[in-house]
Amino acid sequence: MEDAFVRFDKVQKSYDGEILVVKDLNLDIPKGEFLTMLGPSGSGKTTSLMMLAGFEPATHGDIYLGGESINNVPPNKRGIGMVFQNYALFPHMTVAENLAFPLKVRKLGAADIEAKVQRALDMVELGQMGGRRPAQLSGGQQQRVAVARALVFDPSLILMDEPLGALDKQLREQMQYEIKHIHENLGVTVVYVTHDQSEALTMSDRIAVFNDGVIQQLSTPDDLYERPQNSFVAQFIGENNRLHGKVAGVSGDECKVELDGGGEVVAKTVNNTASVGERTTLSLRPERVEIEPKKGQTDNTVTGEIKELIYLGDHIRTRMEVAGNDEFIVKVPNSAGNKPLAEGAQVKVGWKAEDCRALDPMAV
Amino acid sequence: MSDAAMGMNQAANSGASSGPLIAADGIPLKQKLAKTTRRMKIQAFMLTVPLVLFLLVSFVLPIGQMLYRSVHNPTGSNVMPNFAVAIKDWDGQGLPSEEIFEVFVKDMTAAKKNREVGKTIGNLATRVNYEIPGSRSLFTKTARKTKNITEGPYKEALFAIDKRWDSPQLWLTLQRVTNDYTIAFYLAATDRKFDEKGNIVLADELYQIYLPILWKTIWLSALITGLCFIIAYPVAYLLSTLPLRTSNLLMILVLLPFWTSLLVRTSAWIAMLQTEGIINNVFVYLGFISDENRIQMIYNMTGTVISMVHILLPFMILPLYSVMKTIPPSYMRAARSMGASGTYAFTKVYFPQTIPGIAAGTLLVFILAIGYYITPALVGGSDGLLISNLIADHIKKTLNWSLGAALGTILLVVVLIFYWLYNKLVGVDNLKFG
Repeated sequence: MEDAFVRFDKVQKSYDGEILVVKDLNLDIPKGEFLTMLGPSGSGKTTSLMMLAGFEPATHGDIYLGGESINNVPPNKRGIGMVFQNYALFPHMTVAENLAFPLKVRKLGAADIEAKVQRALDMVELGQMGGRRPAQLSGGQQQRVAVARALVFDPSLILMDEPLGALDKQLREQMQYEIKHIHENLGVTVVYVTHDQSEALTMSDRIAVFNDGVIQQLSTPDDLYERPQNSFVAQFIGENNRLHGKVAGVSGDECKVELDGGGEVVAKTVNNTASVGERTTLSLRPERVEIEPKKGQTDNTVTGEIKELIYLGDHIRTRMEVAGNDEFIVKVPNSAGNKPLAEGAQVKVGWKAEDCRALDPMAV
Repeated sequence: MSDAAMGMNQAANSGASSGPLIAADGIPLKQKLAKTTRRMKIQAFMLTVPLVLFLLVSFVLPIGQMLYRSVHNPTGSNVMPNFAVAIKDWDGQGLPSEEIFEVFVKDMTAAKKNREVGKTIGNLATRVNYEIPGSRSLFTKTARKTKNITEGPYKEALFAIDKRWDSPQLWLTLQRVTNDYTIAFYLAATDRKFDEKGNIVLADELYQIYLPILWKTIWLSALITGLCFIIAYPVAYLLSTLPLRTSNLLMILVLLPFWTSLLVRTSAWIAMLQTEGIINNVFVYLGFISDENRIQMIYNMTGTVISMVHILLPFMILPLYSVMKTIPPSYMRAARSMGASGTYAFTKVYFPQTIPGIAAGTLLVFILAIGYYITPALVGGSDGLLISNLIADHIKKTLNWSLGAALGTILLVVVLIFYWLYNKLVGVDNLKFG
């Protein structure tokens, strides 16, 4: 990509000279994109962010910002706004002084500073809070101040390191929308780090799923959810039923798989990797499974036993044993036509071949 | 409480809207709460009883006694009880009357026979000698001869023994000395005295010792505190930023001197700093100084400062470290990401947040230094002595306990003043000791 605003080029990072925390990271981020680095802890996502911010040097490779290599540019010369996990609001300054900090550093005039601070406070709906200390604000308000402070000096790139981690669920969801709207209104580029997949799905234009120092998949949220490229992504994003087996035959982009727990199903091959005799893990979303399907409605039909029913209002979460997997989840919509289910009952479940993806084998 | 008041009280309690809240059984809620928490309070108090008793016996009483002793000295009235009463109301003009002289002579004769500790002529002579140096012999000489005076006029008889008795100043002094309560020791401790007319004046420059030493103690303590701060701040910063394993190891190195006997540490400095000591030997060996010009680094102020900085350093490092430890690195990172240079971020973001630690460390070191005794006594020589050494001198050698107590009280007041100043400037709530 020629017009990449941020570019990681063959970046590697090691802290101790023995383990690579980031292995060969190549990533292009166009201007104005909201890109999320998603992954479990220790996957290298925060390290990548810190290298972009300039707090950690890359052991190998180059990072470009606006076409220029910034490897040797100190963090204060990069002009990147940053929101930290614990907000890092300066406790000995008022909210207004916190916001004025980056402007004072840039030696703006007092009137100019005041106007910009007020505008930033208004943007996060904290116009009256300028005189307070961070400790006098609630977690959500502190969070907004942190966002405002990262934006107040009009950086073209904002980094956010798990900024919503400390908030409760309701506030977190509200802030997700607010940050998303700020991003849409200002058109800044955002690189966002989180380990919360639903947060990533809600906010991002694209998501880079990290594991073990490598980007496992880089796609839009719907692509990531519906077309995971490997079994790590499939199990990390959303809920996922896994069935283990061996490829028995391949035809076009579909393959026959002999399940370990008995039975044979048809699945969609991914990246044309499956060849006869190889082990594979099938990934299947719970909401794509039908209970007692009509004939011809699904490509695959398997019998399973209902182990547990959990009533969740809009749907009934049904745990079943299917082909040796007793954690097989089916989401049964709570609609009028469905006949009641009973624990211990034997029922048929079915799904379409295209909803079942044959991915790389995972340890059973 | 009168019946009427009781009635009013009940009326107030039953008035649900305006009165205090009432528990379900009709007893006022506050009373009820006090009753239920009383047991806990008693228990909490009982737990502190041993400490309270210990503090009372070992801390409050001695300090109280010291304060009392600095203004109360009954030597005069002990030795000459009748004279003390007789001269109490003398107007101080000229010489006292013949009657007072008579009482004086009789008291003196009686006191000469007294062998009880604290009630001999020698005790009185010492006491008067504090006020009029050189007057001791006058008393011992006179006491030997008063038993020969059997009848008046006593005035002339006394003058016959020694002409010095014909001095209004001496009698003014005796009037003051036989009064049990006196500020004389505070005057002495601040280099002041009574002149011939009984006015308070500054002592001659030659005899001023305590005030100069007190000032020296204060500024030396400030110097030591400042040096400790300059050395401790970077060390504490390093300790707080290193990984835990390394910082724990270094912390042990900081604490190691803490666990070594104070005497050993001070003696080690003597071995290091003396003219034939290690440092001088190394300097001579390296050719920095010639053998004849070895530097005098001990038994003077330099020795006191060097070894006290070393000994008090942990008291500065620990509070600084404990405060720095709580400052997450993200603050500095945030400041840097907003465009601040390293120096700017440090002065505007990091340093202000360490102020509680600085406050605690400097206060601790300063107060410890101002009352420090052992180190200056061992390595201070004559110009490295501090006020506490003088206090010890009066308690142990000259046995002028009242003066020692007055000096001690002044030191206590100075410390309290500094504490108060500190509270004004930094706020005691901002202190963080660890």
